[in-house]
Amino acid sequence: MSDTHANTVAFVRETQIPQSPPPATERGIVKWLRENMFSSVLNSILSLLSIFFIFMLIKDLGPWFWNSTWNAENLAECRELNSGACFAVINERWPQFFFGFYPAEERWRPVLAFLLLFPALAPVLFDKAPRALLVVTLLFPFVAYWLIWGGSIAFPLAVLLGFVLAFVIWKALAKTQPTIALIVSVLVLVLYQLVVGGAGLVENILMGILGNPEDGPALLAFEEVESRNIGGFLLTLILGITSISLALPIGILLALGRQSDLIIIKYICVGFIEFIRGVPLITLLFVANVLLAYFLPPGTTFDLILRVVIMVTAFAAAYLAEVVRGGLAALPRGQYEAADSLGLDYWQAMQLIILPQALKISIPGIVNVFIGLFKDTVLVSIISMYDPLGIVQPILADSDWNGILWELYGFVALFFFIFCYAMSQYSRYLEQKLRTDHR
Amino acid sequence: MSMAEAQSNVPGISDEVAISITGMNKWYGDFHVLRDIDLTVQRGERIVICGPSGSGKSTLIRCINALEEHQKGEIVVDGTLLSSDLKNIDKIRSEVGMCFQHFNLFPHLTILENCTLAPIWVRKMPKKEAEEIAMHYLEKVKIPDQANKYPGQLSGGQQQRVAIARSLCMRPRIMLFDEPTSALDPEMIKEVLDTMVSLAEDGMTMLCVTHEMGFARQVANRVIFMDAGQIVEQNEPEEFFNNPKSDRTQLFLSQILGH
Repeated sequence: MSDTHANTVAFVRETQIPQSPPPATERGIVKWLRENMFSSVLNSILSLLSIFFIFMLIKDLGPWFWNSTWNAENLAECRELNSGACFAVINERWPQFFFGFYPAEERWRPVLAFLLLFPALAPVLFDKAPRALLVVTLLFPFVAYWLIWGGSIAFPLAVLLGFVLAFVIWKALAKTQPTIALIVSVLVLVLYQLVVGGAGLVENILMGILGNPEDGPALLAFEEVESRNIGGFLLTLILGITSISLALPIGILLALGRQSDLIIIKYICVGFIEFIRGVPLITLLFVANVLLAYFLPPGTTFDLILRVVIMVTAFAAAYLAEVVRGGLAALPRGQYEAADSLGLDYWQAMQLIILPQALKISIPGIVNVFIGLFKDTVLVSIISMYDPLGIVQPILADSDWNGILWELYGFVALFFFIFCYAMSQYSRYLEQKLRTDHR
Repeated sequence: MSMAEAQSNVPGISDEVAISITGMNKWYGDFHVLRDIDLTVQRGERIVICGPSGSGKSTLIRCINALEEHQKGEIVVDGTLLSSDLKNIDKIRSEVGMCFQHFNLFPHLTILENCTLAPIWVRKMPKKEAEEIAMHYLEKVKIPDQANKYPGQLSGGQQQRVAIARSLCMRPRIMLFDEPTSALDPEMIKEVLDTMVSLAEDGMTMLCVTHEMGFARQVANRVIFMDAGQIVEQNEPEEFFNNPKSDRTQLFLSQILGH
């Protein structure tokens, strides 16, 4: 009866086939290599070529790193000691790279400010961070200013009071008149800061209580450090972080303004965006450095770093506005209509429905602008500020280190790469987290 | 006897006027979309508006909650005159629920958050209470178990039912439906229509733009036929379907019921 099975279609399985491992070529590293590197003839050739180039790169670059010198007085001594890179220059000049000409015994202040940056950023970047840290975030700009520039705490405190005042007014009015509340509180803030806040009355009262550091010992006062002594990566971080955190809200408001039905607001925003985008950043920096003094009343001194921050912020905000406008335009009209039909007012619809979605769409573009802005801060070296590239110039001119290039620029590049790569990684994390469309 | 007087004798429909539109005109640029619309809706009435595409039926109901602006005439909703005053517009919108052809759920919020958003921010309701109300209406549309999913994870029919629940959470006095089943697969149309039928049974004032003539027969107490921006004919569904008066209506009905 052995041929029965061959002739009938009906079939019943009586024993289970046990599970067995896949063949050796379909497992682990062999499978991976076959699929990813040697899946076809062309792919194999390209893989081998790439491996060859990587090998050549390591063969030449490796010894340069392994045979590097970290301790030497000058370039000649470096070359005598070893054949590779001369990192001794960085070992000798790193304080300038990090702090510019910041006084040596006061360097703990910017370091502390940098450390405080992490708890201040945590609640903004990660929603798992405790909300209580938002207090640190809100106070950080004032504390960081006080730590880095020094002087009496009276000035940052007086400015902070202005923000508190504006916030209280906004809170009181926001329930009934959201748009008017915004305008009034901004007006109060500007008037306060120009008339009574940082410039005079409140600061003087506080100074009266705490003591003026210029007259003798005073409470809560550090030695003052002038802006022209601040340089290096410290300057890059001050410019980058301040401009990024100011540019985002301003850019969003500009984008909303550009879409507004209020014709005057619309054309102010369009004019601002088109003007700033139409002018090179270097021109704006020259304006900040030289021309701004002509427009201000005689005798006004206006800190150079502040002027640069304003210009870089305006520049980035104009670009961001267009990126965000792209996100707003990508939203279907139905989202606006659904928000309207539920009775949400303009600001509620923007805050709850439109912006969360528009900003999510714009994340890659926004981070693009941020990274560009962060790197553009090196342009301040042309208005004689000592950013990391500006610091390189005097070192090159020094007869001890004359002729050294790779190590210095490589070090600066590494710093920028770390921060820009971190921003890029964060944006990818954020996109993953906000992905709810399940496409 | 006028239409409105006839309606007031039907049980479940009160004398109270929910919506009154008089001499309303609207233009898109030079194009005259709505021409001299006069329409009175009693509280509790269920009205189906039909007509060929481009006849202005969607525009008409979108004017009622000011998603479109009308240029001439008067619209009074629930005793509030619709003007360019934002306060009045927001008040009317919070009293009038609307469902769209493409659902327009908020894709970045969960189903529950979609439903609680407006009660929390517009009605200033505590979160817990808003969630209880949301769950009540999600049960009514038979999808309470999807509350924590995102709209993208639901089928079209489920999304439209969520959209209905989202509107109901604002406890509206009037519901507008703008072709709620046109973007759905045939098998999902029924689940949405069932939801709308049960809503009608609860006495909700409803204005539906729809091509579902079965629904019109079953639920409506008035059918309005529009063409070229005008109301051409309106009648009780029996009369409307069995004995249409105007040629235009007869042609339209023969086209949609003929196949």
